[in-house]
Amino acid sequence: MTEEKTHHPEPSYLVDTGKYKGLMAWLTSTDHKRIGMMYMYAMMVFFVVGVLLGELMRLELFRPGQQFYGPQTYNGLFTIHGIIMIFTVVIPGLAAVFGNFSMPIMIGAKDVAFPRLNLFSFYLYILGAAIALSSQFMGNGPPDTGWTFYAPYSIQTHTNVVAAVFGAFVLGFSSILTGLNFIVTMHRMRAPGMTFFKMPLFPWSLYATAWIQVLATPIVGITLLMIVAERWLRIGFFDPSLGGDPVLYQHLFWIYSHPAVYIMILPAMGVITEIIPTFAQRKVFGYKAIAISSLAIALVGYFVWAHHMYTSGMSPTARWIFSLLTFLVAVPSAIKVFNWVTTMYKGSIDVKPPFLFALGFIFLFMIGGMTGLSLGALATNIHVHDTAYVVAHFHYIVFGGVGFAFFAAIHYWYPKMYGRMYNFKRANWSFAFLFAGFNLLYFPQFIIGIMGMPRRYFDYLPQFTFGMQLSFFGGILLLIGIVLMLTNLFSKKGAKAPDNPWGGKTYEWTIPSPPPVENFEVMPEMGENEQPYDYK
Amino acid sequence: MEHRDDIGAKLGMWVFIFTEILLFGGLFLVYAVMRGNYSADFHQAAHHLNAFIGTINTLVLLISSATVAMSITAVQKGNNRLAVILLMITLICAAIFMINKYFEWGHKFQIGLYPGSDLMITLNHGQVMFFSLYFFMTGLHMFHLVVGGIILTIVMIKVQSGTINSTRYVLLENGGLYWHLVDLIWIFLFPLLYLVT
Amino acid sequence: MQTETVHITPYRTYAWVLIALLSFTFLTITVTWIDLSAITVFVALTIASVKAYIVLTYFMHLKFESSLFRVFVIMVLAIYVLVIAFTLSDYLFR
Repeated sequence: MTEEKTHHPEPSYLVDTGKYKGLMAWLTSTDHKRIGMMYMYAMMVFFVVGVLLGELMRLELFRPGQQFYGPQTYNGLFTIHGIIMIFTVVIPGLAAVFGNFSMPIMIGAKDVAFPRLNLFSFYLYILGAAIALSSQFMGNGPPDTGWTFYAPYSIQTHTNVVAAVFGAFVLGFSSILTGLNFIVTMHRMRAPGMTFFKMPLFPWSLYATAWIQVLATPIVGITLLMIVAERWLRIGFFDPSLGGDPVLYQHLFWIYSHPAVYIMILPAMGVITEIIPTFAQRKVFGYKAIAISSLAIALVGYFVWAHHMYTSGMSPTARWIFSLLTFLVAVPSAIKVFNWVTTMYKGSIDVKPPFLFALGFIFLFMIGGMTGLSLGALATNIHVHDTAYVVAHFHYIVFGGVGFAFFAAIHYWYPKMYGRMYNFKRANWSFAFLFAGFNLLYFPQFIIGIMGMPRRYFDYLPQFTFGMQLSFFGGILLLIGIVLMLTNLFSKKGAKAPDNPWGGKTYEWTIPSPPPVENFEVMPEMGENEQPYDYK
Repeated sequence: MEHRDDIGAKLGMWVFIFTEILLFGGLFLVYAVMRGNYSADFHQAAHHLNAFIGTINTLVLLISSATVAMSITAVQKGNNRLAVILLMITLICAAIFMINKYFEWGHKFQIGLYPGSDLMITLNHGQVMFFSLYFFMTGLHMFHLVVGGIILTIVMIKVQSGTINSTRYVLLENGGLYWHLVDLIWIFLFPLLYLVT
Repeated sequence: MQTETVHITPYRTYAWVLIALLSFTFLTITVTWIDLSAITVFVALTIASVKAYIVLTYFMHLKFESSLFRVFVIMVLAIYVLVIAFTLSDYLFR
């Protein structure tokens, strides 16, 4: 491929060059970098809202008995907290933000395969989020089913379930189209010479993620449509009084929603796999093992869904099959952790904020993963099913895992996104608060969970008070950490960032910060002996 | 020069078809479970469906699929006029399918058999489930048929105007793929709903 | 960009394919008249699968696309079959 060389530098993607200026230029842009940024801003708004809703719940749980509001409000709160955090923050999460921003650059492409479809996915995302949020203000009050919409309660409750469910459906559609776009992009637009096994590992993780998005999301799509049909048309797929089967709903729901956890965590693992070699200045250990374990997680993760249903009255055969598969899926996850740690061995480690967050991720993900195994075991699961233990495990994976990886990714690619640096000292402080606050918030939940505190209860017995109050203070620390981080990143302009502040080797560090509109002045090519992580 | 990647476009369409397959796949899964639970009732309820109309619709859809496939050959050979005629036949077939469905559903509604109707509530659980699935599955299929029809109409206009021609016809191929998907789903719906008597 | 050879399927092929599909349709209807009791569904699904295979191969051009497409189709169908199998591991063993 030959490209005309221009001698004056191309304008950066942050400069409006099209026919619109300002906000309109962003909203109509099909540039993958701008779309990624728009996802990020939207997601941050939703994230902050979700966090505040979570803090409201912790406030109510500060003491046993009713403090500020009643059970119905509490039910509404945990439902919308779940819907916002799951469907609008962590599921699109890293893939939509950094997948869009970095992946095309990392594989040496100018954009994704279908840029207009990409913008369309973004608008579907906004539309879906708006519909889901409208459930709070219309109809007979906020839905109170939890984000899982379990039948038959979701069919019987008078609250506004339809809007929430339909919002989730639209968000799912957006997720499918993003996945489709990424699959085609990675198949068709890699730089010449970059074979699949020379592709950086963040794109690899996105590739595995994209397949789950494409193959799992439609199942929940149809399930949610069936819920809408049941509510509107008195059809009884899941309603036992009409001959339906509520356990079937759980199957269908988790056929998507368990793989959805891998939609969240795989890109997070990918980001960590980028950060560790860069800051250890060390060739990634076991490149192929990491790449293939992403696919293995995606594949096996597709068939573990019913471990959410051990207590639902499933057949014993199904229970042991799914328990076995659950243990199997831990293997590729453990391979990754092993590889990250081994990559650091004998490296020249430079503890910059992205690396700190990555370390935080590994620590928290380990706790989340190990407790996940105890939940996947049939006997222990019966004891802790639907207790605060599950809440803690889940948050260790989704906040401690995905959330911290997201923070790591922001701190890693921030100089590339804005062409500016941030204050390292403040970033380190925000990490300290986030890490301490997070553990203080969720670790006690493991213990009171084992003691028998059920999830989704607005009241509790006095013996759980101490744990609940620790969690409350953890929540405060976490909030301080989030405020510190966001103000550090977005309140004032830092020094101008060099093109390659961390000494990274992937393509995004070879181009200017911020990147020009078409990413590369000269399209990159990968030589015969080149590898994606040529450190030492 | 504008970037163009026909294989990429087709790959994208195929991936989309996979999501559609799994969308209906969820429904077929419900069907499988419910049929296991209520096989005798399904057996009985299927008698109420008009297998004759179902057969006609199967034939009509198969023919329409063949004509779409042929229209690609026509465009490849530079015969856009024939391609338009073939696409027209496809759309007419789609219309026949819809008219048949209209009468089929219309009849069911007339005798009071529709989701949530008083008659439906009096049936036993297995039959309610059968008809619920029948309406939901054929309804969703019909929706896809309408979308496919709209896509093919746009494609036909482009073939007519020459935007789609023997050097550039991936849009026609993708439209065709979508149409075959509609056909593919019906190939399974037909025996499972109409022929399980 | 690699050069791709364009395969033009003759009209005749499609005509034969259509005839095959129509015959299988009549076959499946005829079979339902004979009462095969337990295996009726099995027979119906087998015939439907054959028809689907024909549609995928000829109408949807899988035969002439790069093998990547075939691999994907097989993978997707395999995953779907596994989903059904694992779900039925609950229902069949209750």
